[in-house]
Amino acid sequence: MTVSHAHSHLADAVPPQRVSFTLNGEPRALMVRPFRRLLDVLRTDLALPGTKEGCGEGECGACSVLIDGEPVNACLVPVIQCEGSTIVTVEGLADHAALHPVQAAFVQHGGAQCGICTPGMVVTAAWMVDRKLDASAIREKLSGNICRCTGYSAIVASVAAALGDAKAPASDADGADA
Amino acid sequence: MPDGNKLSSDHRVGRSIPRPDAKDKVTGALHYVDDLPFDGLYGATVRTQTARGRITGLRFRDGSEHGVDWREIAVVTAKDIPRISKLDGLDPNLVSLLIRDQPFLVRDEFRHVGEPVALLAHPDPEVLRRAVQLVEIRTEAATAQHDYRVPPTPDQVQHGEDGPDANVFKRILVSKGAADESAAAFREVFDNAAHVVAAVYETQAQEQCYIEPNGMIARVEVAPEDAEGAVWPRKPWKLIVEGSMQCPYYVHSAMTSLFQLPDKAVQIIQAATGGGFGGKEEFPSIIAGHAGLLALKTRRPVKLIYDRVEDMAASTKRHPSHTRVRAALDADGHLLAIDMDVTMDGGAYLTLSPVVLSRGAIHAIGPYRVDHVRVHNRVTLSNTPPHGAFRGFGAPQTVFAFERHLDRCARAVGLDPVELRRRNLIVRGDTLAISQRIDEPIELHKWMDEALTAARYEQRRQAHALFNTEAEISGNPLRRGVGVATFMHGAGFTGAGEDRLASEVMLRARVCANGEGGVEVCTANTEIGQGAITVFTQIAADALGLPLDAISIARPDTDQVPNSGPTVASRTSMVVGHLVARASDDLVRNLEVSGALSDDDLRSDPDDDRASALSDAHGRKYRTDRLRRALCTAATQESGPLEGWATYERPPGGQWDDVAYKGIAYGTFAWATYVADVEVDLTTFQTRIVDFVASQEIGRVLNPMLAEGQIQGGVVQAMGWALLEEQIYVDGQMRNPNMTNYVVPTFADVPDVRVLFQESPYAYGPWGAKGIGELPMDGPAPAILNAISSALGIDIDALPASPERLMRAVLNAQAQEIR
Ligand code: FES
Ligand code: FES
Repeated sequence: MTVSHAHSHLADAVPPQRVSFTLNGEPRALMVRPFRRLLDVLRTDLALPGTKEGCGEGECGACSVLIDGEPVNACLVPVIQCEGSTIVTVEGLADHAALHPVQAAFVQHGGAQCGICTPGMVVTAAWMVDRKLDASAIREKLSGNICRCTGYSAIVASVAAALGDAKAPASDADGADA
Repeated sequence: MPDGNKLSSDHRVGRSIPRPDAKDKVTGALHYVDDLPFDGLYGATVRTQTARGRITGLRFRDGSEHGVDWREIAVVTAKDIPRISKLDGLDPNLVSLLIRDQPFLVRDEFRHVGEPVALLAHPDPEVLRRAVQLVEIRTEAATAQHDYRVPPTPDQVQHGEDGPDANVFKRILVSKGAADESAAAFREVFDNAAHVVAAVYETQAQEQCYIEPNGMIARVEVAPEDAEGAVWPRKPWKLIVEGSMQCPYYVHSAMTSLFQLPDKAVQIIQAATGGGFGGKEEFPSIIAGHAGLLALKTRRPVKLIYDRVEDMAASTKRHPSHTRVRAALDADGHLLAIDMDVTMDGGAYLTLSPVVLSRGAIHAIGPYRVDHVRVHNRVTLSNTPPHGAFRGFGAPQTVFAFERHLDRCARAVGLDPVELRRRNLIVRGDTLAISQRIDEPIELHKWMDEALTAARYEQRRQAHALFNTEAEISGNPLRRGVGVATFMHGAGFTGAGEDRLASEVMLRARVCANGEGGVEVCTANTEIGQGAITVFTQIAADALGLPLDAISIARPDTDQVPNSGPTVASRTSMVVGHLVARASDDLVRNLEVSGALSDDDLRSDPDDDRASALSDAHGRKYRTDRLRRALCTAATQESGPLEGWATYERPPGGQWDDVAYKGIAYGTFAWATYVADVEVDLTTFQTRIVDFVASQEIGRVLNPMLAEGQIQGGVVQAMGWALLEEQIYVDGQMRNPNMTNYVVPTFADVPDVRVLFQESPYAYGPWGAKGIGELPMDGPAPAILNAISSALGIDIDALPASPERLMRAVLNAQAQEIR
């Protein structure tokens, strides 16, 4: 087959080890093969499929999570590297029922179309907003996240709105009597 | 019928309603196929490594060193598939599409790298990855055809007989005026013209690059009496496939044909789908078949998910094209005749190529008045994976060639490119190259001017001329240019295609969570990011006069929804949305007939905002509270929920002649002018798009926020095609099947696309809406390349306008100047 695989057989052969970290505010400990990708451990072992795989090689950002507060591509991280870390995934952004301001802005400003890039996009954007970075840096800071649907403008508008930059055109909120 | 002219403030149509599916998307709660809870086996595909040959044998190498035990791995090959279908006597291994030439699994001869040969299943995906590497395919090579533009040698013939039609999948001739009379008469127009301008244009393949790769889960339900020792193809059993797709009924028909099952024994369910752009139109049928074959063999659910590399290497792409254009013009720049010769690369199998070619042919001359036209079109075979559906569907290729050529013509005549277009654009009552008369109230000149004003075209053009002259003197490496494309795109299937689809939509009464009555909209049209769920909700809410939360959209599941046709060809909002409005009327009518609604429930005051049925064909408007109560009763009646139905009816007007290629190709077109402003750096040969205006007339804008987003997304995808995206093939093998080396636009590569809408409501779209999905793919490449050509003073005629290509062009031009 024409597929080249990043996964080496040797990595599979290493026996499982105990890894512990804080995930979305909860302490977690699990026995895993140390070189497995954090992405797979999150999606499969920890049943958190919100984090997506778009490319598996660090290009698309669909797998973005925050590790110790910084956005990282989970497809490039061996799980053993997360020992003692604090990890936040898309599932951990909302405060129970209340959306993170960035999530609310994506809803209001059309930042999500097919939605497959959206979890990674909002994780990176939430980092920007929580750090109160300048709206002029949106395109640069998000350039590791690829979206094939939106052409990016609505995402820029969403993040700008969440940053309190008023230029963003809003959806017709009162039209939403739902 | 919805009134096309005015929307009152009661309407939900025409407003930027946020998506009902947005919340689940931003929280990660929406499950795509690979996210669904799953307990079963994983599948993998073993593929050919060379471009053409015959399989002489398969060897499963010993895997003990790699932890692979072949006794634990299920294997399916073409041998598992019967040779003759009991349904139709054809080979069920051939995918049922326009014709049947592409195998689900190679039996013997193969035609491209990455063609599926064997399927494997095992509980551990890691073991599977290794197992795939251990399968050795023994082959006997045959001569591949790698260049679709040249006729094949006898040993390269794979489609048709040796001769002029060898390896030609389809030919189409569009002709008009003198070209209809005789070749001599047509030639005479050119002989007598003040200007004849000729050139060749080329476009490359493009990968859809939806961010969610393809994937399917299949399972087989065995009827109880057949549970013991049943062997395929014994029946009865049922195949259920769920996955990422645009067209559940396409997959359904492919599965009934492969597995020789009656319609009822196949159920296809769309999972949330992470983008399609055409790439999930026909190709998913093959993955569904593979997952189904493994599920049937193992009697376990099987999940087959492609990673990015497999998806890019094996799936369909946009057809590459090669186009010669000759234009005859009078001294004032009026187009007298166009002679065009289009060749598209179909890849190894026919798939949808004839239809792609057709759309290319019909859109080739765009919204211009030309009395004498001849467009030869052909699509030919080459030994790469088949090229298939991709947003625009053949039109971007021919529009690129024609719109680039108009700039060349303008220079030959000595006119500004915009002035040349202005002199040739059609007005109401003119006919297109396909002899379709445009009777709708178009104002292309005015709409073009609005785009030019928004883009500050004239000011920029003058400023750039000055800037470039000064830059040349001062040694500044930057060059600036502005470029325009004016074009159109027809929505829906071509000609009688919609009649043949005979799409049906059903609405049924339901009880909402709050206990009040509501409606469920049942169509086979899929939400793939374009906003189908939102727009159907708005249309049904307005048609019935119900609040948005009274409307729910059924999941596309062939056991539950009627066949409203595929989610392709910009048809969902316009064609199916119109059926949603009509089915709403039918539901109200059925409520009346059943006695659930009576005259007592009519609104008394015409301004009563509780009134319903904004679209009601027979003009009877009910109070919303009464309608909801009636729906509630109708939802729980003993005979099942009350339904309303609508079936496609062709709008009045003429016919399309598929042989002469003349007539009414589409009920309507969307019209557009796009303007690109670029800056090229002669040090790096990088092009920066400084500004981009996308202005279009699309009938009623149903949801401005969604429509703007869809246009921006299409424009940026086309910017990728224009500047960045390129597949490298060596001996038929894609060398860059990954997102590291196949580069699509990022945030940093593109500006904010400025979107303008003109609205001229279309009588047969819901509230006047036209289709818009594909339109934004057509115009950006020629507008950008026209801008680059203007900046450099050199015609750039092939895509992508990569730094390498621009550098070569500039160096060539300099070398010629020196000579
Ligand atoms: S999946 Fe990790 S960057 Fe694409
Ligand atoms: S919304 Fe589809 S990829 Fe971004």
